[in-house]
Amino acid sequence: MTLTETTRERAGTLFRQHGALVVLGVLVVAGTLAFDTFLTPANLTNIATASSFLAIIAIGMTFVIISGGIDLSVGSLFVLGGVLAAYGSQYGTLAALALPLAVCGLFGLVQGVIIARTGMAPFIVTLAGLLAARGLMLSLTGEGATTYLVEDETFAAIGQGSPAGIGYPVFVTVAVLAVAAVFLQRTGFGQNVYAIGGNEDAAALMGVPVSRTKIIVYLVSGLLAGLSGALNAARLSSGVTILGIGLELDVIAAVVIGGTLLTGGAGGLTGTIAGALLLGVIQNLINQAGGLTSAFQQVVSGAFLAAVVIVHRFLSRRAAP
Amino acid sequence: MAEPARGRIAWFQEYGVYAAVGVLLLFNAAFTPHFLALDNFRTQLVQVAPIVIVALGMALVIGTEGIDLSVGSVMALSASVIALYLGYGAAPAILMAVLAGALVGAANGALVAFVGVQPIVATLALLVGVRGLANVLLPQLKEFVNPTLVAIGSDSVAGIPIVVLAAVALTAAVAFVVRRTTFGRQLVAVGGNRAASRLSGLPVRRILLTVYVISGALAAVAGVLATSRLQASDPTSLGLFMELSAITAVVVGGTPLSGGRVRVLGTVMGAVLMQLLQATLIKHNLPQSWTQMAQAVIILAAVYAARERR
Amino acid sequence: MPGRDAPGSGAGTAGRTAGPVLEARDAVKVFPGVTALDGVSFSLDQGEVHALVGENGAGKSTLIKVLTGVYRLDGGEVRYRGERAEFGSPLEAQRAGIATIYQEVNLVPQMSVARNLLLGREPRGRLGLIDFAAMRERATAVLREYGIDVDVRRPLGSLGLGVQQMVALARAIQADARVVIMDEPTSSLEPREVETLFAVIAGLKARGTAIVYVSHRLEELYRICDRVTVLRDGRAVHTGPLAGLDRLRLISLMLGRAVSEVRAEGLTKFAGHHDSAGEPVLRAEGLARRNLLRGVSLAVRPGEIVGLGGLLGSGRSETAKAIAGALPLDEGRVSVNGRAVPGGSVPAAIEAGVVLLPEDRKAEGIVPTLSVRDNIALAALPRLSRAGIVSEAEVDRVVAAFVDRLRIKAAGPHQPAGELSGGNQQKVLLARWLAMNPKVLLLDEPTRGIDVGAKAEVQALIDELAGDGLAVVLISSDLEELVEGSDRVVVLREGAVAGELHDDITEDGIMAVIAGGGHG
Repeated sequence: MTLTETTRERAGTLFRQHGALVVLGVLVVAGTLAFDTFLTPANLTNIATASSFLAIIAIGMTFVIISGGIDLSVGSLFVLGGVLAAYGSQYGTLAALALPLAVCGLFGLVQGVIIARTGMAPFIVTLAGLLAARGLMLSLTGEGATTYLVEDETFAAIGQGSPAGIGYPVFVTVAVLAVAAVFLQRTGFGQNVYAIGGNEDAAALMGVPVSRTKIIVYLVSGLLAGLSGALNAARLSSGVTILGIGLELDVIAAVVIGGTLLTGGAGGLTGTIAGALLLGVIQNLINQAGGLTSAFQQVVSGAFLAAVVIVHRFLSRRAAP
Repeated sequence: MAEPARGRIAWFQEYGVYAAVGVLLLFNAAFTPHFLALDNFRTQLVQVAPIVIVALGMALVIGTEGIDLSVGSVMALSASVIALYLGYGAAPAILMAVLAGALVGAANGALVAFVGVQPIVATLALLVGVRGLANVLLPQLKEFVNPTLVAIGSDSVAGIPIVVLAAVALTAAVAFVVRRTTFGRQLVAVGGNRAASRLSGLPVRRILLTVYVISGALAAVAGVLATSRLQASDPTSLGLFMELSAITAVVVGGTPLSGGRVRVLGTVMGAVLMQLLQATLIKHNLPQSWTQMAQAVIILAAVYAARERR
Repeated sequence: MPGRDAPGSGAGTAGRTAGPVLEARDAVKVFPGVTALDGVSFSLDQGEVHALVGENGAGKSTLIKVLTGVYRLDGGEVRYRGERAEFGSPLEAQRAGIATIYQEVNLVPQMSVARNLLLGREPRGRLGLIDFAAMRERATAVLREYGIDVDVRRPLGSLGLGVQQMVALARAIQADARVVIMDEPTSSLEPREVETLFAVIAGLKARGTAIVYVSHRLEELYRICDRVTVLRDGRAVHTGPLAGLDRLRLISLMLGRAVSEVRAEGLTKFAGHHDSAGEPVLRAEGLARRNLLRGVSLAVRPGEIVGLGGLLGSGRSETAKAIAGALPLDEGRVSVNGRAVPGGSVPAAIEAGVVLLPEDRKAEGIVPTLSVRDNIALAALPRLSRAGIVSEAEVDRVVAAFVDRLRIKAAGPHQPAGELSGGNQQKVLLARWLAMNPKVLLLDEPTRGIDVGAKAEVQALIDELAGDGLAVVLISSDLEELVEGSDRVVVLREGAVAGELHDDITEDGIMAVIAGGGHG
């Protein structure tokens, strides 16, 4: 009895932590067998570059969700960041990077302060943030009519250059991931994020600075959404105003598929990256198959998300106390 | 000293949305030319009708302490299904569309009530998947000339557009369900205290399942109405962000996200307030972007005010 | 930290050795409608284990919360190490050296044992980053001192409650605590773990740490505690050495009844014996549930009030929940009028006529957002509806009848039930069940936390209901209520029936069975 329970519990944890990685492996093998063009350096770097924008935002979202919150504003901030980067590029490379980071970071900071100080639900606060950021983006672009072009070549190169065949966005993602992983796993701040998400009252009693940690978490999420938007603008050479709206839901899906629980307190960055890549590979495979629209990818993603949460739910369901 | 302040907050929670709608109407009557024209009213109401219908279902779901993110995708699915079945006539097509919406709701409800998945994750999965399904079934926009559907979208009865009549009828129906039926009473009890409801012998799971089915069906109806107004099925963009508009209407209308309470008229007023706000800003040549920022402020204010009572 | 290098610590040192380390003087704490602490004085000396006992609602948890900065006092003062202390939060109290180990484990279940143990004091390696190898080593070593040998990388929540409790303890004591407050620390421990805990307590005591020990297990108190303070109704009714204090005397102090005192006339509103002839309407046989119930059997005849006695945690509430279908059973069966009731289903129990007034009114009874009217009608809605539509006239009739009969005081039937007083909420819940015309009424602490007037009314009502032929099971920590209200008292101890009192029900008799003297 106890043995099977422990086994089941272990299986649940293992599945949650590494399920996305395993499925990713299976898909890669299946893709390789099915399409000659799949396992080529060009295609793989293609997938990695395409997934990196989502992955960067998902890293920030992972912090937020582990802390027991949610950030719906990241899709709007991604677009806003792109517009600001393109706009800023007329004043040079530095402005093109600093402007989106400053504004999107400020958005995250204000949301974090409101959530931490008033106790309002993150869902609502960041929903308002989503609308406000989208409104700001529209008013900057003449209601979406103006598309700023990236004027600065150095900045454009950050998005488009690909030393050794690998795009700069991939390097940025890896760097962000490395720093984030160290902070999440190896610093007191990271421990505090887990503790708050696991049991906020207990965390407060254990001496965790709850408000400060929450504020930082939303600040980081805003910053990373802005960074991702800026990179995307560099890649496209313009601040596109329509792409990326609704992206927050894809990001949340990637994080949940990666094994981070929406209830907070558990999860990790490896899973999130696997989740983001998984969505990228599914898209790539469907493109490779040809004849199937990208809509099919959504069906698969949605079904996959549902399957993941169902399996996890059944594996983690404890016997009644 | 504290008492009058609390009283004021309570008053604001209860009637704030009506007061805000009243203030906007007065402002427009005084400062906006041609605002009181019948045509303008008609346009505003036609535009707000689908949001109202979706928000009604959302209010029920939120009353049980849940949330339904899939409503926009359900609208798109209903548009696709209509296009597929229009060959059999308008009535079968509409019926199939609503049935499809109810099925999506059943899937949401089963995940929430029987598997125990959080409502936000369960309905997120269906948001993503169902939008894709709608596009797979109907890859691009498809226009139609079915006279019945076109009539539903553009005709009026006694000067009132059919779309608006449908919204009024559904509001009345949902209000009836909430106020007068056993199910309506049980629904808010489940949202207010699930443990107590279970101990009182309420069929908690069945109630949750039903609520999501209703929300799915209502979203599908909204999809039918929006499609017939467009005279085209547009699974790619129909209902995009509808979940946000609906949640906003419900929250601004005074239904707490923590469940246990459903305000049907408040929800309608919440949707109307957002619509009026947008119309006012447009009539005064203020850009669309201002509307969204103003909406953000209103959402925060409404929830901040409601926060006191728990 | 601030306490340690505070200026003028010389004076503090003198105070530390001489007087009590932690003290409450005439502490008063008032909640709306209830005075939880009514001038309680309590003092804790260095190196002593001080038992704090009392029944539910006596004020134990309020006193602990006042001492540790969760609540602010309305009167009196708290003194720590000779100085007036005003802790703004539990964290401040903890930093000053007062550690609390709560009954429910206050740690983070998803995090590993090591992380929980060392959160905020993780060993650092290069670049100030957390050194996991060192962390594992240290956590393993610390826990080994407490006789716990586990893989410290496992999530805390995957371990037994006992181990979790020990981790909480180890964490608290690590923080150089001068005072350790333990609220029912053994309630989830295995016997072996209890021994380890006692060894730890002995070690702490030898180091000069003062310990407040809250428990209902009398054997434990006598084994490890030096002094005892008994709280009752928000007052400290006794403080003194535990050795030499008779066990029966201690129980009588807790329950507020003199051992020898036998009243000719009761103080409650119960009229007394009922005619309860005939076959039992309710039969429960061999109810068993892992860790909670070990084969409880019970039979109740129509018109009979059977009291369920026993201290907290003896299985009283669990028995009631099991009969009402709210607690799944491993073994045992329940039948009403000879017909078996399917276990583990509340609707089935209600269908059979068995209803439960739960102990936790707020969490399991009242729906605070709904009106008085809707709360009363909640369970009976299907019966008050036709074709799924509620008959408002029927509801009004039923609600009016019960508001009148139970004298429920509300601004009106549409007032949210969350705004009512405790007594009126309880009456609303009673009305909810009476509207179902039940055969068996299970009442778990029906008069707890409600004012005197409402208490008398509820008692009279229970009496009246039994007189009408209902079978009633009455659970109460109030011995007087149990003695005067019940026709028969079944006493539980550690999840099993310890004895039964029939004709001659006295408080002394019940206390004797609780204390383990045996009685039938």
